[in-house]
Amino acid sequence: MSTATVTPRGGRLEAWLYILQRLSALVMAPLVVVHLMVIMIAVQDGLSAQEILARTQASSIWPVLYGLFVAAAALHGAIGLRAMVREVLTHHRTLPDMVALVFIAAVLLLGFRAVAAIA
Amino acid sequence: MTSNRDAADAKPIGELQVSIWRGGDDGELQTFTVPHYESQTVLDVVTWVQHKLDPGLSYRFSCRVGMCGTCAMTVNGRPRWTCRTHVSRVASHGALEIRPLRNLPVIKDLVVDMAPFFDKWRDGRGYFTPSQAGSLTVAPVDGNSPARKLASAAIECIGCAVCHAACDVVAWQPDYLGPAALNRAWTLVNDERDNDRSGHLAAVAVAGGCHGCHSTGSCASHCPNSLNPTASIAGLKREVTKAMLKGEL
Repeated sequence: MSTATVTPRGGRLEAWLYILQRLSALVMAPLVVVHLMVIMIAVQDGLSAQEILARTQASSIWPVLYGLFVAAAALHGAIGLRAMVREVLTHHRTLPDMVALVFIAAVLLLGFRAVAAIA
Repeated sequence: MTSNRDAADAKPIGELQVSIWRGGDDGELQTFTVPHYESQTVLDVVTWVQHKLDPGLSYRFSCRVGMCGTCAMTVNGRPRWTCRTHVSRVASHGALEIRPLRNLPVIKDLVVDMAPFFDKWRDGRGYFTPSQAGSLTVAPVDGNSPARKLASAAIECIGCAVCHAACDVVAWQPDYLGPAALNRAWTLVNDERDNDRSGHLAAVAVAGGCHGCHSTGSCASHCPNSLNPTASIAGLKREVTKAMLKGEL
């Protein structure tokens, strides 16, 4: 193992995006279950804004959970969308990255706006 | 070649309507009526057409026994090795449609340009890097080591490009290395004699590398040698991730 070899660099971005997409999926999976369970169990007297706000404002756990949810969904969706755009528009080098950045910015903005509203 | 089919004792058991691609990328199908024999392969049919009906028909073959990987074509919509594909298994109501492999430029008729396919093997760094350059000693390899078992499971690729033609990601993303090149890289990543493991991983961690695979398994379900490039690519993703976290990439 003494022979010096030239190792091509690069590829870190793709590998990191792969890791981040899996990690964000790991974060989202239990949060989706919690979200669905809350819908099924907590809603007793019909769906109303008062009931939802009463629950979410009663504890700081909910804004934290949904904030985490928004961040994970924004990251996960943006990375997936980037791959899809790349496959559909193969000739564009930068467009997939730009679409992904716009997507993540929009989801973070709208998501945290919603989280702020229920906090 | 298929002269046994012409022998007086070989009696046709029916007739086949065979549509064969003629021309280049913008060619069209031409239909021939071909006698159907027992135990006839798709390659036999193509050869019969060239010998008896149209000597201008272009196609490739070499070994006729499933070793060389040169005779792959699209048969009734699926990529197959034609020398080991019996007509009786794939003909639909006595009809065969034979086209060149998908995802590669057509040179003429059933012949595709394989250069882009093998260029990807090179780009995926699918070549061996010796650890003892110039050494005449044979490196001892434990055939039962976990890494060698992984390499051995993926090593029997005949380079037929059937998986490359079957892969939708190759169709969508021209710079995707494809299942064959990535499978080859996987065998080298697991080869203890190879001296550039991180080089192989870096070559497949780029855009168009292993992370492009959607794990739909079309390569594995079409591979004539029953290899599983999908599993090889999943292995590459795993090893790239480990190398990243260890700071080796």
